[in-house]
Amino acid sequence: MHMRRTGAVLSLAALLGGVAACGGGDDKSYATVVEKIQGGGKLVVGTKWDQPSLGLKKGAEPEGFDVDVAKAVVKELAGGKDVDIEWKESASSNREPFLANGTVDLIFATYSITEERKKKVTFGGPYVIAHQDVMVRKDDTSINTPQDLKGKKICKAAGSNSYKRITDPPPDGQLDLDATTVDAASYSECVQKLGGSNLDALTTDDLILAGFAKQAGGNFKVLGQGFTNEKYGIGIKKGDTKTCEAVNTAVKKLWDNGTMKQLQEKWFGGIQGLKLTETAPPAEGCA
Amino acid sequence: MDELITYGPELAQGFLENIKLALVGLVVSFILGTILVAMRVSPTPVLRAAGTAYVNVVRNTPLTLVLAFSALGLSDQLGLVFSDQPETNSFWLVGLGLGAYTAAFVCEALRAGINTVPMGQAEASRAIGLTFFQTLTMIILPQAFRAVIAPLGSVVIAMIKNTTVATAGGLLTDSAATMKIVFDTTGASIPIFLGVIAAFMVLILPIGYFTGWLSRKLAVVR
Amino acid sequence: MSTSVLFDVPGPRARVRNHLLTLVSVVLVGAVLYGVYRGFDAKGQWAGKIWEPFIQADTWREFIIPGLIGTLKAAAAAAVLAMLFGMVFGLARLSDHAWIRVPAGVIVEVFRAIPLLLLIFFIFYLAPSVMGGGDYAFFAVVLGLTLYNGSVLAEVVRAGVLSVARGQSEAGYAIGMRKNQVMRLVLLPQAITVMMPAIVSQLVVLLKDTALGYIIAYVDLLNTGFKILPAVFFGSLIPAAIVIGIIYVALNMSLSYLATWLERRTRRSRKVTAGPVEPPSAMAAVGAGQPTGGPIID
Repeated sequence: MHMRRTGAVLSLAALLGGVAACGGGDDKSYATVVEKIQGGGKLVVGTKWDQPSLGLKKGAEPEGFDVDVAKAVVKELAGGKDVDIEWKESASSNREPFLANGTVDLIFATYSITEERKKKVTFGGPYVIAHQDVMVRKDDTSINTPQDLKGKKICKAAGSNSYKRITDPPPDGQLDLDATTVDAASYSECVQKLGGSNLDALTTDDLILAGFAKQAGGNFKVLGQGFTNEKYGIGIKKGDTKTCEAVNTAVKKLWDNGTMKQLQEKWFGGIQGLKLTETAPPAEGCA
Repeated sequence: MDELITYGPELAQGFLENIKLALVGLVVSFILGTILVAMRVSPTPVLRAAGTAYVNVVRNTPLTLVLAFSALGLSDQLGLVFSDQPETNSFWLVGLGLGAYTAAFVCEALRAGINTVPMGQAEASRAIGLTFFQTLTMIILPQAFRAVIAPLGSVVIAMIKNTTVATAGGLLTDSAATMKIVFDTTGASIPIFLGVIAAFMVLILPIGYFTGWLSRKLAVVR
Repeated sequence: MSTSVLFDVPGPRARVRNHLLTLVSVVLVGAVLYGVYRGFDAKGQWAGKIWEPFIQADTWREFIIPGLIGTLKAAAAAAVLAMLFGMVFGLARLSDHAWIRVPAGVIVEVFRAIPLLLLIFFIFYLAPSVMGGGDYAFFAVVLGLTLYNGSVLAEVVRAGVLSVARGQSEAGYAIGMRKNQVMRLVLLPQAITVMMPAIVSQLVVLLKDTALGYIIAYVDLLNTGFKILPAVFFGSLIPAAIVIGIIYVALNMSLSYLATWLERRTRRSRKVTAGPVEPPSAMAAVGAGQPTGGPIID
């Protein structure tokens, strides 16, 4: 009995260890993400999976602007070689823990650079500038400017800060209006809610809204009055400045050779009232 | 330990939310569960089928789906709104969703209780001329009730634990959601985890002991 | 309903009353169903456009099937580990040595009382700091399910072994068997048959609880079916909920039928000296302080 019991305990431990190994990721460890790419390791890139035109899961891989930028940047980092990329969904609420835990190596997921986030994450880029805007139901005539959101119900997607620009005063916020926030897990959930009765407006970056408005085919309208500058950065594990610098070089090159402009045209070309980024945004510096 | 003290008030607030949800769930599930069991033992085949269908569907659906559906589907899409305040609205949606889910288990516990009463008891009472309601209230229900205490206790305990799934229904103020948000800043904190589960145990263990004691004390000796 | 303890075989008057009641309830149930149908219809939820994705093979291939595989993978891994855990700790609780029995008892009671989601959150956040970076969603779901369901199964195992009639082990000892021979050759073979229905119904609970992975972004059926899919096909949220709800119910009900079938078989069997162990509450664990599923001798 004793022998059997010990054996069972041991095999249980071995099995648990096996599960741990499955979850544990690479056997080989690299000091920085750049080294991993150059060393031929499998790269894990986090994007959104539920935002049309930016990162939307289609088949085995997501597709969209962020996804294409990610592919281009990674290719630059690898010196023109094709790199094996594993795509991982990184919702707004998961971005910081995913980077801190090493679940993903890089994040391209409509990730605005803010002072608050810089404490937890190192940002490469920005690679594009978005502007916060407001989307409402097509037949809603009561909201025509961002100021009209006073007393309205706006969406608060978990892990996102966009709502603060409406409800808080500067420096964190901007308009300091008295709006009610409605919790949601993601922007796609916000859009679902906007179609129903529990939400009056969705306010976030114009690029995100443009994608949703296009997908919903005329059910919603975007006001087209962007009132902030959101610098979309590339999320890197805090302290990995070497990767950050390499990423900045890559982004600059993609702007110089016209790739960034071309990708913006590909995903957002021809949308009325959308201000695309014309020139390379100045790099933020790595910290 | 410092972390538990720093975030203690927030977590306690969250735990209070769990208790409130459990109370709503308790009332809803007992009322709905009783109606369901009445349907399932009724002499009308249609009602029996409807009750059985409800129990089987709900019992085999994950609670996460039930709650996510009540928030995103029922409320957002189909316009079932309890309050203009988003947080109050989510609270009632989760409370009622939890109650509707638990009702299926309450129904099963009650039905199992009725089934423990031997046929002979009902036959004997009819033989001495008791009417249907006399049989029900004087012979069957008193015995069924005793058999049902312990299983009902388990259902209530499970329901209290299930209040932590409120996150799925968009209610981000309960103790599980609060703990996750705190972990985002502190990382996994053992004192906080132990504190929260200790709170649940303080609530759950006495219910387990009390219902266990009561059912042993009242057990029908056959 | 002639088998009901509540009702006598109906006479002529009762039959008329029952028919009347049937009529009323048909109308009532019909009205409820029609109300639901109209409610959905008013919001345009029966429109062909939002249901169309579900008749396309691509939707199944790219979203539903991968999600289902994620769910089944987590459930299978957790089921195997939980049964092992249950076996080890169930037997440990029956040990003659207090230093094995007591710690095993404490572990089982504690893991049964912790809300599973809290346990999963904790493992999810703790794992990276112990084992280094990586993706721990699968690990957290499987380990959480294992510890919780394993503890419930440990009680099932204990009750199963205890339910075998005392004379069996006494007879074993009388013919000179050792403790481990009695357990291995006499008690366990009978206990396992008796435990099967309870184990299978606990596996239904386990399969259902994999959906908690949705909350920590584990890619399961609920995640691909209810979050990603409605984001890709705008407006299809309610159809998606209905479709994946049907899949979950079908999966779990087939497991439940297996449990009932096993139970019926056990009841018929004359080879075993104990009745089936009562399944633990199909919803979740029984709280501490009361033995799960005592023996039912019929």
